[in-house]
Amino acid sequence: MTARVEVYGIRHHGPGSARAVRAALAEFKPDAVLIEGPPEADGLVELAADPGMVPPVALLAYTPGESGKEDGRKAAFWPFAEFSPEWQAIRHALDTGAEVRFCDLPAAHQFADAGEEEPEGEEDVTEDLRLDPLGTLAEAAGYDDAERWWDDVVEHRDGGPAPFPAIAEAMAELRERLPLDALPAAYRLREERREAYMRRTLRRALRDGFERIAVVCGAWHVPAVRAAAPGAPGARVPAAQDDKTLRGLPKAKVAATWVPWTHGRLAGRSGYGAGVRSPGWYHHLFTAPDRPVERWLTEAARVLRGDDLHVSSAHVIEAVRLAEALAVLRGRPLAGLDEVTEATRAVLCEGADLPVRMIEERMVVGERLGEVPAATPMVPLQRDVQAEQRRLRLKPAALGKEIELDLRKATDLDRSRLLHRLRLLGVPWGVPAGEGRSKGTFKETWTLMWRPELDVELIEAGAWGTTVRAAATARAAALAAGATALPELTALAERCLLADLGDALPAVMRALADRAAVDADAAHLMAALPALVRALRYGDVRGTATGPLREVVDGLAVRVCVGLPTAVTGLDDDAARALLERVDDVHGALSLLGDEAHLERWRATLAALIDRPDLHGLLDGRLTRLLLDAGRLPDVADRMARAVSVGAAPSRAAAWVEGFLSGGGLLLIHDEALLRLVDAWIAGLPPDSFTDVLPLLRRTFGAYGSAERRTIGERARHLGAASPAAPGGDGDDDIDPGRAAPAAATALRILGWEVPA
Amino acid sequence: MTDDAVLRPHAEQQYAGELARLAEHDDRPRPPGWRLSPWAVTTYLLGGDLPDGTPVSPKYVGPRRLMEVAVATLATDRALLLIGVPGTAKTWVSEHLAAAVSGDSTLLVQGTAGTAEEAVRYGWNYARLLAEGPSAEALVESPLMRAMRTGAVARIEELTRMPSDVQDTLITILSEKTLPVPELNTEVQARKGFTVIATANDRDRGVNELSSALRRRFNTVVLPLPDSVDDEVQIVARRVAQLGTALELPEAPAGLAEIRRVVTVFRELRGGLSSDGRTKLKSPSGTLSTAEAISVVTSGLALAAHFGDGVLRAPDVAAGIVGAVVQDPVSDRVVWQEYLETVVRERPEWRDFYRACREVS
Repeated sequence: MTARVEVYGIRHHGPGSARAVRAALAEFKPDAVLIEGPPEADGLVELAADPGMVPPVALLAYTPGESGKEDGRKAAFWPFAEFSPEWQAIRHALDTGAEVRFCDLPAAHQFADAGEEEPEGEEDVTEDLRLDPLGTLAEAAGYDDAERWWDDVVEHRDGGPAPFPAIAEAMAELRERLPLDALPAAYRLREERREAYMRRTLRRALRDGFERIAVVCGAWHVPAVRAAAPGAPGARVPAAQDDKTLRGLPKAKVAATWVPWTHGRLAGRSGYGAGVRSPGWYHHLFTAPDRPVERWLTEAARVLRGDDLHVSSAHVIEAVRLAEALAVLRGRPLAGLDEVTEATRAVLCEGADLPVRMIEERMVVGERLGEVPAATPMVPLQRDVQAEQRRLRLKPAALGKEIELDLRKATDLDRSRLLHRLRLLGVPWGVPAGEGRSKGTFKETWTLMWRPELDVELIEAGAWGTTVRAAATARAAALAAGATALPELTALAERCLLADLGDALPAVMRALADRAAVDADAAHLMAALPALVRALRYGDVRGTATGPLREVVDGLAVRVCVGLPTAVTGLDDDAARALLERVDDVHGALSLLGDEAHLERWRATLAALIDRPDLHGLLDGRLTRLLLDAGRLPDVADRMARAVSVGAAPSRAAAWVEGFLSGGGLLLIHDEALLRLVDAWIAGLPPDSFTDVLPLLRRTFGAYGSAERRTIGERARHLGAASPAAPGGDGDDDIDPGRAAPAAATALRILGWEVPA
Repeated sequence: MTDDAVLRPHAEQQYAGELARLAEHDDRPRPPGWRLSPWAVTTYLLGGDLPDGTPVSPKYVGPRRLMEVAVATLATDRALLLIGVPGTAKTWVSEHLAAAVSGDSTLLVQGTAGTAEEAVRYGWNYARLLAEGPSAEALVESPLMRAMRTGAVARIEELTRMPSDVQDTLITILSEKTLPVPELNTEVQARKGFTVIATANDRDRGVNELSSALRRRFNTVVLPLPDSVDDEVQIVARRVAQLGTALELPEAPAGLAEIRRVVTVFRELRGGLSSDGRTKLKSPSGTLSTAEAISVVTSGLALAAHFGDGVLRAPDVAAGIVGAVVQDPVSDRVVWQEYLETVVRERPEWRDFYRACREVS
């Protein structure tokens, strides 16, 4: 008996195709099934039968990079959902003990091939874009939308004769008619090679003695594959010709594995174009045993009820009626997604758009994340991540979820460390909410969302080490060695502390100290300091050893004080403004550090600066103010008068006032001493000078909000009359320690500090 | 009765020819009580060509799916609720639906704060009631009751303006499809084909929200403002032409550019964004619906015909536009001035319009 070959043309991710393929295979009982997919995965296919394998999953083929080289990495996915015909074919073959082989052009060739664009796993898109064979057929059938036509003719039909002969005929007809020459040459060449490889795989299977061979491939390729099938209609293609096409193809090193996939990635809207617009709906069509419309709308009603929208069974009944009436009106065999959505909108949601969008997100796309069994080939790092996920009870999910970590708890602290380490490895599973630093130091909020690409990132990061900790350490050390700027290094140090990478810290610190020593620019040093000081403070809560960090901070502080005097000479307005920010940052950081020696040195540096005549007005004013706040300057009133007197250039005077009063109007409102000082100075100006100074003042005060200005004015009015006992004046000193003690104790307990009994 | 003398003929009178032709070619099954099949009704609303080449003018310009949902709703004997801001053709659609489905768009209850229950159920001829006692002859039917008896489509305008207790009268009618008359110990059972089309706008405040019991007896279709400038220009131009014929205004040539300008002004102010997307604008308090654009252009045409040179020009529409935009004399005037100075003035080809608006504001 001669071998029989059946070629089933399908649409990828089509539930109707899947159903038809399943039925056809059950009848044909093949002993070998060839499936469009990367041959590299032939060895992995048994895993599909593992109970731990839950679609949607994807075959991932990638080029294993060397020691984390970022460029040149290539990866391609072949996604399978429960309702994918390929998946059903694989499962059927495995269940019946038939041989499964993938017959697409090996990824090794696709990757190595010039690499003009990322090779995609599916060819539907490209075809739809470039020549759209289904669109042509749909048009012939009087449809304006190819998807709807295919849905009506293939996907929504249940039972009846297998559609495959008809599809094959239609495709053969189409391939003859369409102007293939109009396609780009590169694309055509690739298609030729792919089809040649499919035929070659088929011939090899025939040679291997299989007698009943089923080929499952995209509908478009059916005529091409048949050209190598004995007894099939259509022209032959000799083996020699295919060998010629495939000779001398470049090859790349490729590894393959299974990765979990999501419905969201299957949907066309997320950029991966190969998919279907409504995976959730297709999954429903495929899995629902009967009455798909009724079941769908009932489920939609449940989703709405879950969000406290009142939807009764009567609503569902009417929605089903409307959907069916619409389908009849539009001449469709079964209510499709369009009809069901209209019915949901008009009846269940009473015309409102928002709940409809919710249904779309949760059901039509449906965030479903697949799972792969433990036996799947993985790099050690992946295994370690999985072990950590299990240990810390953090399950990857496709839908973004916000979690709050209390760093005083051991588990939460470990979770935070894991997330920080993964981020350091370039696997942003969690994104810290509110990038701006919050006030609390023991709470962290993360948004967790597992995307399929993260698996690829993980595999790539596997080059750094076998455990998350080791890999992150290695990566941090490498980053430190490659860093060129100080702020980069300090930010890295901060991340190391957050991720509790004590082993990496010495390397980073050494790099940091080396950089700081040779960096002549005080501005750089100043930019680096605040992050380090913050990191030191973090150490308190996280229990990280911060010894090396402390040394670096000490060294930096000294260097900043030494370097500042040279940094302030010859600045223009913009540079002065930039430096002012740095000075403020350093000042804040040193105050936060609370080291008296550093603060003393800093103040002495500043005090030495303000007497220099070449100092920019902005800085002069600001430094005067900083020293005034520190109580180091007895003669501020004189300095103020001097700075804005006739001798000073107006622009410098304006800058001085601006620098002195910077920090917003609120300070003037609440710092009565400051207000008195300013008030006295203005009141003491001779009339002529006042007119000169007025524009300068206006420039500074004009930047304040109108409410602030008004309050300042009111305060200033009462200033003259106010006795020392005016409200606000005595509030600070009037603390009753006995009554404040319980409140202070509670505050301390909230902060997690020991309460002295 | 001479239709010519009527200021505004009903839909079924004005389009009697189209309806007759549609019925002639309609070979699809018709739901009981319907004059046309659902397909023919959809064609009547959205326009198209009949097999013999007779064109059917589009009555509604907008998403096809909305009309399909509306027709499918009526075909499943559900009540239809049309919602939208004022001027989105709710009444227009309901009238044409009723005309196409049952050939009669006059079974109409106008909802107002003073609508009484009698207007929805039935009233009495008190002279006869006193003279003869309760009898079928003394009963005065409401349009709704007549629709039930004849199996036709009843229309309720501005449903949310009715007092809540009157609204709730509808619940029994819509769910049981029967209207009891306890005084005569009888009832009216709706014949097949009876259904209700109600309209309500979701912009006005001080309306009586529908109870959820009533709400769930309706399928809801939200009519949106026109999607694109071109759609809106098309709607305005078509309606203006129809109104112009009815009012026997002389034909005004080259009005399309002016109509486009009116529509652009309305859309920009409504959306709070200039059409090039560069300038943010304040929106005035009025709705600035398509219907208002239509009336602005119509009155501009009248001005041009009777006082101008017969061509629709900027000064003819300026007064109308200002009147439509400035509803609140204080805040809207600021909005309008701002728009005039920041957007209109910057457009060189709008100079005539700018001058005209300056003159009237």
